[in-house]
Amino acid sequence: MSMKRRDFLKIAGISSILSVGAKIAEATHPAWVTGPDPKQLVPNKQALSAKRWAMIVDMTKFKTEADTLKVIDACHRAHNVPDFRTPDGKVDKKLEVKWIWQAGFERAFPGQDNKYMSEHLKDMPFMVLCNHCDNPPCVRVCPTQATYKLKNGITMQDMHRCIGCRFCMAGCPYGARSFNWVDPRKAANLDVKRGGKLNNEYPQRTKGVVEKCTFCTERLQIGKMPACVEAAPKGALLFGDLEDQNSEIRKIITTRYTIRRKPDLGTGPAIYYLIGGSDHA
Amino acid sequence: MRLYNGGLIITGIVVFLALATFPFYYNIGKANAKPDIKLEPAIKMSEERYGKKQCVEPKEWIRREHMVLLNHWRDAVVRDENRGYLSTDTGTRFNMSLQNECMQCHSSKKNFCDQCHNYMAVKPFCWDCHIAPTEKEEARS
Repeated sequence: MSMKRRDFLKIAGISSILSVGAKIAEATHPAWVTGPDPKQLVPNKQALSAKRWAMIVDMTKFKTEADTLKVIDACHRAHNVPDFRTPDGKVDKKLEVKWIWQAGFERAFPGQDNKYMSEHLKDMPFMVLCNHCDNPPCVRVCPTQATYKLKNGITMQDMHRCIGCRFCMAGCPYGARSFNWVDPRKAANLDVKRGGKLNNEYPQRTKGVVEKCTFCTERLQIGKMPACVEAAPKGALLFGDLEDQNSEIRKIITTRYTIRRKPDLGTGPAIYYLIGGSDHA
Repeated sequence: MRLYNGGLIITGIVVFLALATFPFYYNIGKANAKPDIKLEPAIKMSEERYGKKQCVEPKEWIRREHMVLLNHWRDAVVRDENRGYLSTDTGTRFNMSLQNECMQCHSSKKNFCDQCHNYMAVKPFCWDCHIAPTEKEEARS
């Protein structure tokens, strides 16, 4: 390998400037240039862990729409999701922020519907949420790495980093991401002065950031199951480790027929739906 | 040597100096009084939670470096899923959380954050998203 004299001088010059800079930083700011000792940062002992978190939505267990609404409500309460309403009390579609929502079969599974399918199936309100894809387009397009994959498969976001460019919303084929067009504190359900209730253990968001389901990573870290799983009818939402051969969800997925949303896009969604009419469909 | 238009120039300089230093004279003895920090609620709470008066790290260090600490905590929790922090001071395990740890003892944002931050004219954006504890005596601002 040969190097031009000019290139050598450039590299030498830049590296000496950097080393002087680091020394100055150390001298003027003695504590913690590099941060805490990694040994000081430890996960909680009671935290739930997995190689790959995934969820099964058993639509046979959601008997009525009220069951789904209860789940949505539990999630949105736990995460201080604003509920914007128009003056006549309907959901304000322009400002709506949603982590979990409902979709009909055609919207949830486009391309898998057919003209003669049963009305029951067609009108079934599927509970849909972020799919925590294996290969998430939102992560690929995010210019600030504000959204990223955790080791356990969860597609997570760092609200401190989000610049509100909304590339992820354009990238997500499931519409799982919502933008905060206005300060979420303006929503009646979060405004304490107007009788709103906040979950004081979880932050809100600010105007100009994108948000979505996080698989309740903050709850998993303290040993709790996701809020939706707890609020759902028994067995309707199953949450577990897809990579663990003995986990309940893995057994169900290997023995029963499940469908996923838009798997042909190659995103590798991790939400599996059981839609059969009977328990062994 | 002769100064042309001396009267005008000297008057100009005097006026300029008077204007430029006006903020300093104007504020003498006013806004620059050091805040008298009230720490009362914190100490009680930490005794309840950890059995003794203590913060995550020594008080002087925290006063100087809390912003750096919080940045590292944020990264550890959000990006690496670590929630526990072992204090270099006492070895006690703390939950890395602004709302669920810091503000549990420092239960008044007005006393613990705003007094110094206002004095120093720094405006961190923590509370754009994070929920401040309800102020006990006065109504929420």
